[in-house]
Parts: sequence; structure tokens; C-alpha cells
Amino acid sequence: MSVTDIRELSAVAAAAEIGAGSLSAGELFSAYRERAAADRVAGPDGLNCFTWVAAGAPLTDVSGPLAGVPLAVKDLFCTEGVPSQSGSRILEGYLPPYTASAVSRLTEAGAALLAKTNQDEFAMGSSNENSAFGPVRNPWDRERVPGGSSGGSAAAVAAGLAPWALGTDTGGSIRQPAALCGIVGLKPTYGAVSRYGMIAFASSLDQAGPLTRDVCDAALLLSHMVGRDARDATSLEFPYAIELPTAERLDGVRLGVPEELTGAGVEPGVLEAFHASIVRAQELGALVSEVRLPHAPHALSAYYVIAPAECSSNLARFDGVRYGMRAEGALELVDMYTRTRHDGFGAEVKRRIMLGTYALSSGYYDAYYGRAQRVRTKIAEDFRSVFGEVDFIVTPTAPTVAFGLGEKTGDPLAMYLNDYCTVPMSLAGIPAISIPCGLSGGLPVGLQIAGPAFCENRLLETAHALELALDFDGTPARV
Amino acid sequence: MRCTVIGRDEVLHVARLARLALSEAEIEPMARELSAVLDHIARIGELDLTDVPPTSHVVEVSGALRLDEPCVSLPREVVLAQAPAVSGEGFLVPSPQA
Repeated sequence: MSVTDIRELSAVAAAAEIGAGSLSAGELFSAYRERAAADRVAGPDGLNCFTWVAAGAPLTDVSGPLAGVPLAVKDLFCTEGVPSQSGSRILEGYLPPYTASAVSRLTEAGAALLAKTNQDEFAMGSSNENSAFGPVRNPWDRERVPGGSSGGSAAAVAAGLAPWALGTDTGGSIRQPAALCGIVGLKPTYGAVSRYGMIAFASSLDQAGPLTRDVCDAALLLSHMVGRDARDATSLEFPYAIELPTAERLDGVRLGVPEELTGAGVEPGVLEAFHASIVRAQELGALVSEVRLPHAPHALSAYYVIAPAECSSNLARFDGVRYGMRAEGALELVDMYTRTRHDGFGAEVKRRIMLGTYALSSGYYDAYYGRAQRVRTKIAEDFRSVFGEVDFIVTPTAPTVAFGLGEKTGDPLAMYLNDYCTVPMSLAGIPAISIPCGLSGGLPVGLQIAGPAFCENRLLETAHALELALDFDGTPARV
Repeated sequence: MRCTVIGRDEVLHVARLARLALSEAEIEPMARELSAVLDHIARIGELDLTDVPPTSHVVEVSGALRLDEPCVSLPREVVLAQAPAVSGEGFLVPSPQA
């Protein structure tokens, strides 16, 4: 097999070939490593997907189910002895003394750590332009953003620089970049995957999940991530094993289209691709109906109180004392804290810390944080009620296709609106997957499918049947 | 729709609470951007949320406490190796008395 052939294999197929002895894990690793290292060296002239690339294949037990298939991991997962900065200057030089549970579970199952991926600083952003390592470019159009915050993971998988990747999703940070790069991204049920060792952004929302070329790969990666971890009190025992999906039909599957997330604010080309995929679903036997999520239009407001509030608390730990950088020249402790945080955090992180601190400050707590938590209750109730009528909710993943680099950096609110369709599911803690469903103006459009907590197997089956029928060609020019 | 106006003094007050120094050039844009975002957020003020309980977490975490048993921690030198400055067995921080 030529190198190009190897990289054409899905992760599931590559693992099977290695298991059958027809492909060498070392050869596969080298093929990806070479391309990833070239992108790293190219810096801003490449896609800038990576913050670190392995010098060689790590010691991996290729007899495990993941068979030594290389894995790219978002920078914010702590990896022992490997730089982990969450895309931030404030963690410059940090080499964690331990590895995140999600990563160690995968390496124990035979995944080989290939690279760390670029991201928005502390996962705050929807374009990957808020990174201390510079922006990531979209492989479909290098003058456009890959989405964020897991932009490096999404672009790397879309460009064939990694077979699959880990990301995290707080308000859409797996699903939206997956949509903008034409790949599959799954945010699991909150609590399904341990958050231990993930550099925290908003702890009641953060979830790790796979970014992959197809739905089967997402299922395989997820199957080795889930489960209770004593080191994360919010992690849960997953009630069943995650299976590789095989469904080709959707007979009797009830899909709900919420008018609140499929109308105004979604650009026409995206809506067109979305509606065409709903027609395909009907042809496969799905029953489609309109549903209402009356509080969904308020999800973004609630999210932009809750997430910054949690962020302002979580990021208090970055003070120049225990890890990362410290500003020079301070004469006393508080001066050292404030200067270090000024120098170490980027503009968007500062904005969210300020927003969260304001919302939690005396006199404003009830008006902002208290109300936002009540809105969160209403949003979860909306979903519970709708899941009495339908099996899944379908929406566009993002209101637009990939936008131009620099196009929205001057307007935080315009940037936040990217999360309009993904944030409601995050607040409710329910699983949602984005699969590519077509092109608009030559750029990928994502279809989001969301279901009740722990419906991952059924969700993957539904996504698989649709993926087959849609037959999306997810191959931008491989770089 | 109310119009939230965050002024310079409020920005500096919140920055102080957040232990965040802001340069002179950061203050005015911060005030403007926070005002715009808070205006959007203020829309949740329109909802009737009487008797709606708050959700702080979607997962029930009661009973998540483990037994209070000592277990192995990371070695001190491994942890200190990541610090910007150390003194003997501890983290070193600037002190006006030093």
C-alpha cells in the first residue's frame, strides 16, 4: 500500500487491517506523523493544526482494540510530559505530571498519541482565532476559519493529517468545527466521559468527544472513552456498551424539527442542505414532524452567563504560582497575580472572566446567574417534553458555513451567535452529533441530531443510516 | 429592552475582583463589549421564571463523596518542577518583606 492509500483508510478499517496483520501500525503512524510534522513546521503557511507532534511512535500495545491507530488530542487534555497549554500563553512551558483519563483510557486501548491540536484559548471561541498558537485554517478554504474551539482537531481530521481526534464541547466546540470542516463530531451525554485532566472551562458543561471522518469511527473512539472515573465525581457509569452502528434504514424513527432553531438566523444555503437531508431521512422511513422548544431562543443568553461564570471561577487558578508563566517585575503577591493574568490571557478569555465575575458579583447574582440557571431548567424541560413525542431533534449544526478569517473577531456577539443551535443541548446535558450533510457555496454544512441522555447507540445508528444515504464526499484536497 | 451601560469605574471594579490588570487601551473596549453582551443576556429578564427551580448541574451528584482515605499523591519535586519559582520545598512568590 502506498502512503496515500493508508491515509485513506478510516480508523475502524485501519485498526482491522493492523489486527489482521495486513498493515503495520508503525508504518501508519509514520505516514501521519510525517504529514502532521510538516504542518507543524509550516506554521502559518500550513493549516496550523498542531501545537505539538510526536517525535516518533510511542510504545503502544497494538494488540489492543485500537491497534496503534494514531490519535490527535486537543491541547487542553493533560498529557504527561507533553506540552499542554489549552491554547494559552499563561500555561507556557507546562508539562503536566499526569494524563487525562479520557486520553489514558484510549492509549490503554491501543491508541498512539500522534499530536496535540490547536484550539481556542481555554476552549473559548467558535473560530479558533483565539489561540496563543495563531489561527487554524480550514482545509476546504484556507482563508476561512475551521470553527472552534476544537478547530485544530477538526481541520486535522478533515485534511487527513490525523485519522481521528479528541475534542471537547462546552457549547458546541466539537459539533460546530466538525460541521465547518465537513467531518463527524459527537458531544456525549454530560457525565459519560471523565473530565479528569481536561483543563477546565465550564465544569457543568464541558464534555470530551470524538471528531472523526465517519460515524463508525466516532462510535469506536467513544466506546473506549466512556465510563465512571473515581477522579471525576460527575462521571457516570455508561449503562451499556457503545456498539459500531450498522443501520441503513430509519423506518419508524421519529425526527422533530424545532422551528426555533431552523428559521431566522440560519443562512439560506445551510437551510437548503438541512431540508434536503430531512427529505432523505423521510425516504429512509423516518417520520418527521415539527416540534417546539419555546425556551431555546434564550439558551444563548443563559449560556453566556453560566459558562463565563464557571470560567471566571475555574480560571482563578492561573496566578503565576504553581505552573506556566509569571510576569516579571512584581513587588508583591497581588500585583504578581494581576500582571501575570494580564500578560498571560488573551482578549476573549479576559472578556469572559470579566463577564463571569460581573454576573457573580454582589448585587447581580440573582439577576444574571440565578435567572440563567432557571432558564436552564426550562430548556431541559422543553427537551424532556419533546422527547415524549419524537426520538430525536434535528437542526443545522451551525447557522452558517465556515466564515472568513478575521470576519467576526471585532464583534464578540456575532461570534457567540455561532453557538445558537448547539448551546441548548449543552445546557440540557444531552448527546448530539454533527454529520456533514452537503455543501453550500462549496463549503460543508453540518446536520445536528440530538437525543435524550444516554441514547448514544440509537443516535449513532440514526446518524449512520443518514450518513450512508447522504453519501457526503468529505475529502477536501488532502494536504 | 433595557440598555446596559458598563462604565470605566465598573470595569475597573470587576477587574479588581477578577485579579486582572487591564491596560489603559483595554478598558474602553471592554466596557463597550461587556455592555453589548449584557444587553443580549438581559433578554432572559423577559421570561416569567416564578417558581422555577435553578439547575446548577444536569447530573445528580449526591453521595459522590469517597471515603476519606489517604492515597498516594504526586511527588513534591515533580509538582514543584512546573512552578515558575521555588524555594526549597515550596512555591516562591514575591513578598515586599523579603
